[in-house]
Amino acid sequence: MGLFKFAQSRSLWMMHFCTGCGAVEMPPTMTSRFDMERFGIAPMATPRQADILLITGYLTVKTLKRVIRSYEQMPDPKYVIGFGSCTLNGGMYWDSYNTIKRLDLYLPVDIYINGCMPRPEAIIEAFVKLREIIAKGEANGWKKYKENIKWYKENQAKVFDVKKWSVIKWE
Amino acid sequence: MVLKIIEYLGIVFGVIILGLLYGGIARKVIARIHRRYGPPFYQNILDVLKLFAKSNEASHGVMFNLGPVIAFTGVLVSLFFIPLGSFRPLFSFEGDIFVVFYLLVVAPLGMALGAGEGANPNATIGIARGLTLMLGYELVFFLSVLAPMIHYRTASIATLVTVQSAFPHWNVFPFFISAFAGLIALHGMMGEKPFDQVIAPHEIASGPMVEYSGKFLGLLQLYHAVGIIVETGLVVDIFFGGGNWLTFILKTFFLFIALVIINAVMPRFRIGQAVKFYWKYPLVISLIGLLIVTIWR
Repeated sequence: MGLFKFAQSRSLWMMHFCTGCGAVEMPPTMTSRFDMERFGIAPMATPRQADILLITGYLTVKTLKRVIRSYEQMPDPKYVIGFGSCTLNGGMYWDSYNTIKRLDLYLPVDIYINGCMPRPEAIIEAFVKLREIIAKGEANGWKKYKENIKWYKENQAKVFDVKKWSVIKWE
Repeated sequence: MVLKIIEYLGIVFGVIILGLLYGGIARKVIARIHRRYGPPFYQNILDVLKLFAKSNEASHGVMFNLGPVIAFTGVLVSLFFIPLGSFRPLFSFEGDIFVVFYLLVVAPLGMALGAGEGANPNATIGIARGLTLMLGYELVFFLSVLAPMIHYRTASIATLVTVQSAFPHWNVFPFFISAFAGLIALHGMMGEKPFDQVIAPHEIASGPMVEYSGKFLGLLQLYHAVGIIVETGLVVDIFFGGGNWLTFILKTFFLFIALVIINAVMPRFRIGQAVKFYWKYPLVISLIGLLIVTIWR
């Protein structure tokens, strides 16, 4: 099992759900200047193939539905990274009428990157940290989501119609 | 009998590892061309291990699950027809080259059947592109291989390997026109840029693989890894003189890396442009090569 754990921590395929302005930090992280492929992190095109869901920036109610649907389509084990202040406390959109303020009410976040904007160095540091906690077996957000599915669904139901947008069954 | 089974299982295992290493080194080479550091050379092995450690994957029906299995089996069976260095192929007879051509189509068809049941529009576009591109490169590849076949009056890969005994007798020198067309066809067969319309990640979200996850995707990665060895190995056997296991590995490796270097600096054709390209230039080149061979003998 040690080998599989090692492989899981060294091969992270990422789906970057670029909602806000955070998307602009991803191209330098992927290309020659900062090159995240040297850590075994590769961008993937679909949630089915991805291990990491990277949420870059604010989430409106409209995009939150899609994010949760994408998250539920990913195979276990899966990890969520919240990127930027917007996913922590709303950031500069804290009094907006159509964004959510705390992401971890709706999805189990494994690692946050704070800042507005976080630099590519910060993103890579988060990936390295995620690698460590996966190797230790502490990145259990996906288990938490399964165990507390009722609580998450109740929170999600406050902002949109969960019956229509969920892929998994929980009742 | 038992020894033979163990030997061929060993070959299959070795080829899988070799293919994954080739893929990893290719990623490293591409990274160096982009002036990046690149992933470690064993990255693809880790990727496959991780995919097999996934616990729940989406399924869309029986055919969807069987698709990757058919693809992997198809490419494994064609492996048994190809002389791999000093290893004699399991099946070798007059006319086995045609069987290999048929078997090479089994893998994409299996993938098409499986991905088709997923009913994802991206997968459907990818399949349509794959089968269209096949019309382009298959014809060119077959016509270019036909030149040495006609000259030596044989349709067996093993015979074609034995007639080119040492370095100056490689088929690539007398049949250089056909070999050139064959290499262009190989480029499309491997799906390297500019012929990667089938799995265009930025356009159609990795095409036929779009719905596959976990173990199925791991099997498709293995299929791709074995496919590298089978396809470059076929060309090395026909045009570059086979060799013992060491020279065979070196030849397939340098052939593959040459294709990867072209891949790293190329944009992508539209599918129409790709087929038009194949039916314009490499087809004419391979026909000229064929004409010279038939007149000369």
